[in-house]
Formats: sequence, structure tokens, C-alpha cells
Amino acid sequence: MVQMARIETGDRPGDPGYEERLAAFEARVVRGDKVEPGDWMPHDYRQQLIRLIHVHANSEICGALPEGGWIPHAPTFQRKLALCAKVQDEVGHAQLLYRACETLGKSREELVEDLISGKAKYSNVFHYHARTWADVAIIAWLIDAAAIVNQAMMAEGSYGPYARALKRICYEEAFHLTHGYDMCITLATGSPVQREMIQDALNRWWTPIMMFHGPGDRESKHTAQLMRWRVKLKTNDEQRQMFLKKYMPKILNLGLTVPDPQLRYDEQAREWRYTEPDWEEFKRVVNGNGPASALRLRTRRMAHEEGRWVREALTAAAAGRTAPLPAAAN
Amino acid sequence: MTDTQWPVFEVFHQQARGEPHVHVGSIHAPDAETALVLAKEQFGRRQACVNLWVVPIGAISATSYEDADIFQHGSDKSYREAYGYETTKRARSIGDTQEI
Repeated sequence: MVQMARIETGDRPGDPGYEERLAAFEARVVRGDKVEPGDWMPHDYRQQLIRLIHVHANSEICGALPEGGWIPHAPTFQRKLALCAKVQDEVGHAQLLYRACETLGKSREELVEDLISGKAKYSNVFHYHARTWADVAIIAWLIDAAAIVNQAMMAEGSYGPYARALKRICYEEAFHLTHGYDMCITLATGSPVQREMIQDALNRWWTPIMMFHGPGDRESKHTAQLMRWRVKLKTNDEQRQMFLKKYMPKILNLGLTVPDPQLRYDEQAREWRYTEPDWEEFKRVVNGNGPASALRLRTRRMAHEEGRWVREALTAAAAGRTAPLPAAAN
Repeated sequence: MTDTQWPVFEVFHQQARGEPHVHVGSIHAPDAETALVLAKEQFGRRQACVNLWVVPIGAISATSYEDADIFQHGSDKSYREAYGYETTKRARSIGDTQEI
């Protein structure tokens, strides 16, 4: 059988033979070999990856929500079409990532239920509302940009199914980034009302964007192990710097400012300096206490429960039976 | 079967006629007919596609990575590769300067 997760014994520290197996595993990974679902892997590697891919998948599907809400209100037909395509992509990406996560041994049902119940997390940025059209533009440009910095890096990671899913995702992200930047150029070079709206949106989104790549290295408990096992190839702070180096010049070039008085480029260190985000606030938000957190989960639960009749109908059709649709669907 | 855990199908995508079908990933579906529809949504959404195959995951037989030695040769097998020959040089020396 291909691509089925093997539940391994002997995959935890202290198990007989663990040290030898771990050394062989780490040597392979350092060499650049990919890990596939049927391979032996440390329990921690499996668990870390399940958590990480699950959060990523959740972020894609929750990320579709602030933008999906704006499809009926897009200012032009062209923008409406683009938003539809982008939202369709995000949901597709979630499906690819849930599937990759399943290869590590967690069922789709568990993955879905853990998000809806609030047990599993998703990216901080999607715990906020898209209040204006300019919010949609900022999300589509700078949040997709931040995500691409992360995803392009993770696509070179050691776990085969995740790396392959990310390569497909990165291909589609090219359109997202272009579309997002296009929207921001329109607003930032438009009328005074448009320019004010996008500056206001950037002011409100700046802190969540700066938190996107996660706590600084001092704070991140997972980073060291993920890097040794080549799940992650750059630290959170490194990713944040890559994002700032590429996008701060563009932001400034559009005549926009960011609401951080400390933000400046240090010529000596060749790094951007910024006010360290409040990581306690970040933790509160990702634990479900953001302005839109309750709404996101309610929407996910509604989609899952109100879509049940579709899944049941397809299952019944496949079994060759015909079943009357439940009353709720009429 | 629970309402979310359908069987898995591996998906093979053909970009253009004449090209091979390439493995692109997998999906859950209750049957092959639905799998084709869902595979088109997931893997035919953006890139050019003229044909899709879906194969139930249980229908696939595979070698094991642990049997890597079955793919190794014990000896020099350059006799079955173009690089194992000096024919270009020899042909030139007898007057043939065209591509082999």
C-alpha cells in the first residue's frame, strides 16, 4: 500500500534502538533526502509536522473568509472575478494541506473537528475583520507576501508530501501577490479618499502583519528542533527580515507609512529595526481571543454542518442507493 | 463510513495530448466518478489539463524504500549508455563529421 502512515513503535527517546534510528534519520535529512509517509520518523517529528501542517491548512481555509465576505461588494467586476478565483484557490490549498497532514496519521474528520472546536490554531492574521475594501487590498498584498516568504522556504523542507503540496501552492500564489499589489497600487495612487483608506487599513493591519511569522527566536520553543530536522529552514526572525527587505521599499515607494516609530533600516547590521511585537497579545489572539475568532469558527461550523447533506447525498449515490434529501435542504 | 472520511484516490494529470499522465496528489471521494469531478477542481483548476486519471490508493502496488538495493548495479554498466562509447571520435577519424 502506498502512502499510508505507519504507526511506529520505537520512535520515542528511551525506546530500544531509538538513538541509532534517530542518528540515521538525522543523517538522511541533513543530506537533503526527503522523508516519505512510510518511513521511520521520530515521534516528535511526526507530531510537530502534524501540528504545523494542520495550522497551515486551517489558516488557508480561515483566510478565505475575510476576503470571501467582500466578493458581493467588490468595486469592479474584474476585482470580483479575481477575488472569486483567489478564494477558490485558498480553499483548494487547505484541501491539499489537510491531505498532506493525513499522510502522517491524523484523519480528516479529526482535523476538521479540531479547528471547529477551537482546539487547533490558525494564523493570527485571520482572527481580524476586513473592515473596508482597502483591508482586502492590504491582506491580498502584504499577507500573501508574508505567506509566500514562509511557503517558498518550507517548500524545500524534508517532509515529501508537505513539500510537494507547497510547490503547487506557491505556483498559484504568484497570481495572489500580483493581484494584491495591483489593488494597493490602485488605491495608493488614486483619489485622496482612496489614499486615506489604504493608509488607514495599513495602520490597523501593521501589527498583525509584523506578528505573522511568529514569535522571535528567543520566544519560539519549536524552532530549534524544526530547523535541525529541516522542517523549517529559516527562523521566524529571518523570515520577518526577508519580508521587510523586500516589501518596506515598496510600501514607502507607494507613499505609505507604517505606524511604528522605531522602524528603520540599520545600514551597519543590514537589518530592519522595529518595535518587538507584543507576543502575549499574539498568544491571546491565536488562542481564539481575536476580534473575529468566534465568527470564524461559527462560519466553519456552519459550512461543515450545512454541507453535510451534500456529503451524504454523494455517499448514497456512490453506494447506488437513492435517499430522500433531509427537510433542511429544501 | 463517517461523513468526512471517504476513500483516497491518487490523481494523475495530463497537461496536453502526447504527454504522459503525471502524479500530482490525492483526494478523498466516495467513488471514481465523483473523484474525477473533485480531481478536476483540485488539480485542473489553473494549469492546462486535457485528461485526468484517478486510481484507488489500494490498487497501487509499490516497492519499499528499504529495498533500495534492488535498483543498484554490482558492476560498470556503461556499455548500455551512450557515454560508454568513443564512437564520435572514431566516426570523425573515418570522415563522418555529422551527428551520430
